[in-house]
Amino acid sequence: MKHLLSTLDLSRDDAIRILDIAEEMAAVGTREVKKLPALRGRTVVNLFFEDSTRTRISFEAAAKRLSADVINFAAKGSSVSKGESLKDTAQTLQAIGADAVVIRHWASGAPARLAATDWIDAPVVNAGDGTHEHPTQALLDAFTLRRHWARARGTGSLGTDLAGLKVAIVGDILHSRVARSNLWLLRTLGAEVTMVAPPTLLPVAAGSWPCTINYDLDDALAAGPDAVMMLRVQAERMNAAFFPNAREYSRRWGFDDARLAALDAHGLAETLILHPGPMNRGLEISSGAADSSRSAVLDQVSNGVAVRMAVLYLLLSGDQQRTANETQG
Amino acid sequence: MNPTHATGDYLIRGASLLAETTADLLVSDGRIAAVGPAAATDARAASATVIEAAGLVALPGMVDLHTHLREPGREDAETVETGTRAAALGGFTAVHAMANSNPVADTAGVVEQVWSLGRRSGWVDVRPVGAVTVGLGGERLSELGAMADSRARVRVFSDDGICVSDPVLMRRALEYVKAFDGVIAQHAQEPRLTEGAQMNEGEVSAVLGLAGWPAVAEESIIARDVLLAQHVGSRLHVCHVSTKGSVEIIRWAKERGIQVTAEVTPHHLLLTDELVRSYDPVYKVNPPLRREEDVMALRAALADGTIDVIGTDHAPHPSESKECEWAQAAMGMTGLETALSVVQHAMIETGMITWADFARITSTVPAAIGRLGDQGRPLAAGEPANLVLVDPAARWTVDPAKMATKGRNSPFRGLELPGAVVATFFRGHPTVLGGALNTPLPLDGGA
Ligand SMILES: [Zn+2]
Repeated sequence: MKHLLSTLDLSRDDAIRILDIAEEMAAVGTREVKKLPALRGRTVVNLFFEDSTRTRISFEAAAKRLSADVINFAAKGSSVSKGESLKDTAQTLQAIGADAVVIRHWASGAPARLAATDWIDAPVVNAGDGTHEHPTQALLDAFTLRRHWARARGTGSLGTDLAGLKVAIVGDILHSRVARSNLWLLRTLGAEVTMVAPPTLLPVAAGSWPCTINYDLDDALAAGPDAVMMLRVQAERMNAAFFPNAREYSRRWGFDDARLAALDAHGLAETLILHPGPMNRGLEISSGAADSSRSAVLDQVSNGVAVRMAVLYLLLSGDQQRTANETQG
Repeated sequence: MNPTHATGDYLIRGASLLAETTADLLVSDGRIAAVGPAAATDARAASATVIEAAGLVALPGMVDLHTHLREPGREDAETVETGTRAAALGGFTAVHAMANSNPVADTAGVVEQVWSLGRRSGWVDVRPVGAVTVGLGGERLSELGAMADSRARVRVFSDDGICVSDPVLMRRALEYVKAFDGVIAQHAQEPRLTEGAQMNEGEVSAVLGLAGWPAVAEESIIARDVLLAQHVGSRLHVCHVSTKGSVEIIRWAKERGIQVTAEVTPHHLLLTDELVRSYDPVYKVNPPLRREEDVMALRAALADGTIDVIGTDHAPHPSESKECEWAQAAMGMTGLETALSVVQHAMIETGMITWADFARITSTVPAAIGRLGDQGRPLAAGEPANLVLVDPAARWTVDPAKMATKGRNSPFRGLELPGAVVATFFRGHPTVLGGALNTPLPLDGGA
C-alpha cells in the first residue's frame, strides 16, 4: 500500500491490517503518555484545499502521537476562484521534504492526481475529495462497527471482519464521499448495506451498486439494521429541487425521536446510530437520537485518531512489510 | 519565394485509388491532369517529380467540419498556422474553424481575418464558421448574412461549445440561413441538465463522484432540433453525436426525410468513460466520453450512413489547462493528426467500412455540407488536386510531443495505431511529403 486514495481499491487484508493496527494505536490513546516514537523525524503535511477543522485536527493528533512533525497547509483556491495550482503546491511540498501528504480537496480525484503524477513522491492520504471518497472516515466507521459487532458476539475484534452485519446508510448519498467509501469498505468486510435516500439524492446508476436501495426509512428500520449511519444533508439542496424543503426532508428521511422509539419497538436493542459529523441537529438527526445511548458519534471521533495513526504508520514506517496486494501486483 | 500557384508536376505511380483500383495520377497546375495509363504518357509526365505510391491508398483530401484553431485570442493554445500544419499532416486539405475565438467570429471582420490567416498559411483551406448568436450569447442573431457575403463565404454557422438552447432563436437561425444555403451546426447540450457536468452520467460517474452529463441532455436537443428543421424545411447539422439514443433519433429523422446530417468524433468511436477512472483530464471532453454500447452504436451508425461525417473537434489546450484537478481542467482533445489512424483502427480494421466509405465520411460529404465546391471531389482527371496518400500498413505510436499542433492533449498518447499519411496535396502542391511537412501554398498573401 503506497497511498490511501479510496476504499474501492483497498483489499480485505489491508483493511483488516489497518483496523488491527488501529486497535494497538487506540490502546496508546488510553495511556497517560499518548505518544509513540514511530515517526520521529518524519514530516506529515496536512494539505487542505477545503476547510475541515475536525478532520485536520484528527490527522494532526494522529501524526503527533506518532512523534511526526506536522505542517498544516491551508491552500487558497476553490471551485470558483483559482488559487495556487495543485501542481505548484505539490512541488513545493516535495521541495520542503514532506514524507506524507494528507490532502482534503473540494475536487473529486485530486488525491488520485497527486498520486499519479510525478509532482510529488510522498505517500498520499485522501482526507476527503469532493463527492468521491473519504477512506479514513470509512475505516473509522468500520473500526467502530467492528468493536460493536465483536462485543455483541462476545469475541475480540482483532483479525475479524463484519460478515453478516447489516448497515443502513441514510441521506444525501449522491453528494456523499462518506457513503461511497463506506459502501465499498463495508462490502469488502462482508457487511450488507442498504442505502436509504430520496431518489433525487441517489446516483442514477446506484442500481448497479452492491447494496439494497430503499426510499423508505421506516421500512429500512423495520428490517432490523445493526447500525444506522446518518449523513449530513445541506438544507440548500432544496434550492436545486432535490427535495421540497427541510421540513419534508426530516419528516421522511430524518432520524427523529419517533424513529428512535421505533428501534425499541422493533426490539433492536443493539442497533447503533452513527454520524460522520458535523451534525445538522433537527434536520437529518434529532438531538434525542444524537445524544442517546445508541449514538456512537463520540466513539467515532476518538476512533478516528487511532485509525489515522494506523494509516500514517503503515504508509510511513520504514519496516513496512509488503502487503499481499503489492507482492501480487 | 513561396509560390502563389502550385508549381511543379507530380507523377504518382501505382497508387491504389480508394483501395479499389491501382492507377497512376498526374498532378499538374493544381489539378489532377490525368489518371491511369494516360498519366504516364502525358507530355508533362517526363519532367514530373515521380512519387512511388505502390502500396499506398490515394484518397480525396480530408475535410473537417469541426476544429478549434484558437486564433484570434488564444494563440498560446493554437494558431491558424500551427493548427493547419497539424491538419496537413493529418491528411486534411480543408478545415472549418469554429467561432468560439476571442473576439468571437460573429462578424464579417473576424471571419475574414481567420480566412486571411488561412490563406497566408497555405497548408489547407480554412473555412471560418460563423457564430449563430452575438458573442455566443444565445440572445441575438449575429450578422449571418454579412458573414455569408464576406470573402470568407461562410456557410456553416455554429455556437459550438455552447448550445443554441432557446428554441425560438434556433428556429429563426435555421430559417434565416436558407437565404444563402447555410446550415446550422448545433452543439446539442441542454444547459440546465448539464450545469457543472464533468463526465458522462452513469455507473462510472456514480463511483467517481463527478457531476454527470446525462445522455438525455444531448438527445432532447437533437429531438427538438430535427422537429424544428422539419417544420421550417431547413438544413440541420448535429455536431459530435455521442450517444446511442441520439443515433436513434437521427435515424428516425432521416427516415422521415428531414434534412439532418450528423457528425462523430474519432475519440467517441474509440474511447469510453472507463478512462475517466484515472481522473486524468486528458480524457475530459465535451460531450464526454460515453459507454461501450454508445461507442458501438456510433460505429454502426457511421457504417450505415445514419452518421454522415467524421469531425475531429480538434481542441488544443496549453498544458496548464490539463495539469490540474479534473474539475478545473479544460474540456477538449487534439485530433487532427490522429483522426485518420483512429478511424482506420475503429472502422476499417473492424471491417465496418471500406476506404471508399472513408473518403465519403471524411471528404465528400463534409465538403458537401460545408458547400466547398473544390473539395471532396472524385479522383478524376480535371478535378482539383486535393488528395492524400496513405500507407495503410504503417503502424506508429502516438507521441503528442512530436505533433505539429501546440496542444499536447491527445487522449491517444502511447497507443499504437495503424495508417500513416505519406503525402498531402493541396491544390496540386505537396504540403506533406514522406510523412513530413513540405512547404505550404500561400494564396495571394491573404490580401
Ligand atoms: Zn461542441
